[in-house]
Amino acid sequence: MEVTILLLALFVLSLFLGVELITKVPPTLHTPLMSGTNAVSGITLVGALLAAGSDTSPLLVNILGFVAVTLATLNVVGGYLVTNRMLSMFKRK
Amino acid sequence: MNPNLVNLVYLIAGVLFILGIKGLTKPKTAVRGNLLSAVGMMVAVIVTLMDSSVVNMTYIVAGVTVGTLIGALMALRIQMTSMPEMVALLNGFGGGASLCIALAEYYSRLGLNATSVADLATPMAVGSSAFGDGFQGTVTLISIALTVLIGALTLTGSAVAFTKLKEIMKNSYGLPGGPIGNGLLLAAALFAVGTVVMDPGNTSAMLMLIGLAFLLGIFLVIPIGGADMPVVIALLNSYSGIAAALAGFILGNTVLIIAGSLVGTSGLILTNIMCVAMNRSLGNVLFGKMAEGGETIDADEIYAGKVTSAQADEVALILETAKRVVIVPGYGMAMAQAQHAVRELANAMEARGTEVEYGIHPVAGRMPGHMNVLLAEAEVPYDKLVEMDKINPTFDDTDVAIVLGANDVVNPMARDVEGSPIYGMPILNVDYAKTVVVIKRSLSPGFAGLPNPLFAMDNTIMVYGDGKKAVIEMTTALNQA
Repeated sequence: MEVTILLLALFVLSLFLGVELITKVPPTLHTPLMSGTNAVSGITLVGALLAAGSDTSPLLVNILGFVAVTLATLNVVGGYLVTNRMLSMFKRK
Repeated sequence: MNPNLVNLVYLIAGVLFILGIKGLTKPKTAVRGNLLSAVGMMVAVIVTLMDSSVVNMTYIVAGVTVGTLIGALMALRIQMTSMPEMVALLNGFGGGASLCIALAEYYSRLGLNATSVADLATPMAVGSSAFGDGFQGTVTLISIALTVLIGALTLTGSAVAFTKLKEIMKNSYGLPGGPIGNGLLLAAALFAVGTVVMDPGNTSAMLMLIGLAFLLGIFLVIPIGGADMPVVIALLNSYSGIAAALAGFILGNTVLIIAGSLVGTSGLILTNIMCVAMNRSLGNVLFGKMAEGGETIDADEIYAGKVTSAQADEVALILETAKRVVIVPGYGMAMAQAQHAVRELANAMEARGTEVEYGIHPVAGRMPGHMNVLLAEAEVPYDKLVEMDKINPTFDDTDVAIVLGANDVVNPMARDVEGSPIYGMPILNVDYAKTVVVIKRSLSPGFAGLPNPLFAMDNTIMVYGDGKKAVIEMTTALNQA
C-alpha cells in the first residue's frame, strides 16, 4: 500500500471527526470557533518553514517560503491571541 | 531528526488541536482548549525547525518576526465590532500561505531558478520522477494545482470580503451572466488545473491558473453583500482549511491534513447553519438575489396610519412593570456600538426584579456568533444569550421584546405570508410578546428590501433614533422611576 492511501484515509477520518466535533460547538462560541480555526489553519507554517529554510532550493522558492512563513505566523499569532481575548470575556454570572 | 519521531510529534500536535476544538464545545473549557491548541502548534513548529533540511534561518526569522508583530498588533487592538473583518483577513492569509507553499513546492521540484518574471513562463523539461512516481506523482500534482486554485481564490475573495465589511466597497457588482460568468471562469480554471497535472513543465499554464483563481475569488464575493456576509466568511474559512489539507498531501504531512480538514469541516458546517437560518441554498446566497419573486409589497399600505411611535422615557414606563423582557440585537447594535448601553439597561431592569434574556438569531450581525461576542464584551453572562429555538417558545410569556437594530430576522412575513421572498426563513417570534419595542432610525427596509408588518402591529411601539442614545435614555428614565 502506498503512503498516499494512508494520507487519504487520515483525511477522510479527520473530516468525519471534524463534523462530530464542530456540530457540538454552541452558537454562542461560533465567532471564537472561526478565529480559533484560523489559528489552527496556520499549521501551514510547518510547510512554510520547510520551503523557506531549504538551502538547496532556488531563491524564488525561499522567497515564496518567506511570504508563506509571514502569512502563516500572522494566522497563528493573531488567531490564538484574538481567540483568547474573546473567550476570556465569556463569563457566567 | 528521525522522521518517525517527527511524525509522532505531529500526531501529538494533531491530538492537541482536536482537544482544543473539543474545549470550544463549552464556554467554561474554551480558554483552556484554545491554549491546548496553541501548545500543539508550538510543538509542531519546534519539531519542524529541528528537521535537517531546515538550515537557512534568514527567511524564517524574518517571516516569523514580521508575522508575529502584525498578528499580535491586530489581535490586541481590534475592536470586537470589527471581528468579521479580522476573520476575513485571517482567512485570506491562510489561503495565501497555502498558495505560496504549493508554488514553492512546484517550482522547487521543477528546479526552476527564475530571476525575472519572464522566467516564470519558461517551459521546463520535467524529470521523470520530479513529482514522484506513478499514482503518488499524480496525487502530488493534483494537490499542487488544487491548492493553488483554492488558496488563490481564498486570498482574493477574502480581500474583497474585507473591503465590503469595512464598507470601502459599498456596491455589489457581478460578472455579466452572473452564475454563468463564474461558471465559465471556474471551467477555465479547472482546465488549467488539468493542463498542469498532465504537463507539469507547462509553466504558463500554472501562471494562467493563478490568474484565473485570483479572478474567480474576486467575482465569487463581489456580488454579495450586507446580511449575506456571514455565509461568505464561513465559506472562505472552510476554503482556507481545505487548502491547508491539500498542502498536506503535497508535502506528505499528516498534521497539515488533520488540522486542515478540521478547519474545512468547521467552515462548511457554519456555512450550512447560516444557510438554514436564512432558508436559502448556498447557490442562492452566492448567485441569487434575495428579493426576487413574489409580488411587490407596498410599504405605505402596510404602515399607513398604523405605526405607533413613542419616546424613550415613555417606553421606560412599560419596562417598569415588566416581569420578563427579551432583547433582540441585530447588526444595528454593532453599528451603534450599543452593547454596553444595552447591558446597563438590562442591569437597571434586573435591579427592579425583571427577568432579562437575549434572543440571538443565527444570522444576526456580519458573522456567525457576532452578537454573542459583542454582548460578552459588555459582560453579559453567556447563559443569558439564548439561541432562536430555545427563546421562541418563551415569547408568549414575555412582557416586552426590545428589538435593537434587527429587521429581517423579526419580520413576521417570513412566517405568515406564503409567497413573500423570505417565506420559510426561521424568525424570532417577537410579535408574540405583549409589547414589542423596536428601536430604529426610520421605517426603512432591511437587507431583504421588504417592509416589516411588525412595525405596524398593535402591540408594537417604534422608538426612532440612534440605538445607543435611545437605550441610554431608557436606562436613565428607568433609574429615576
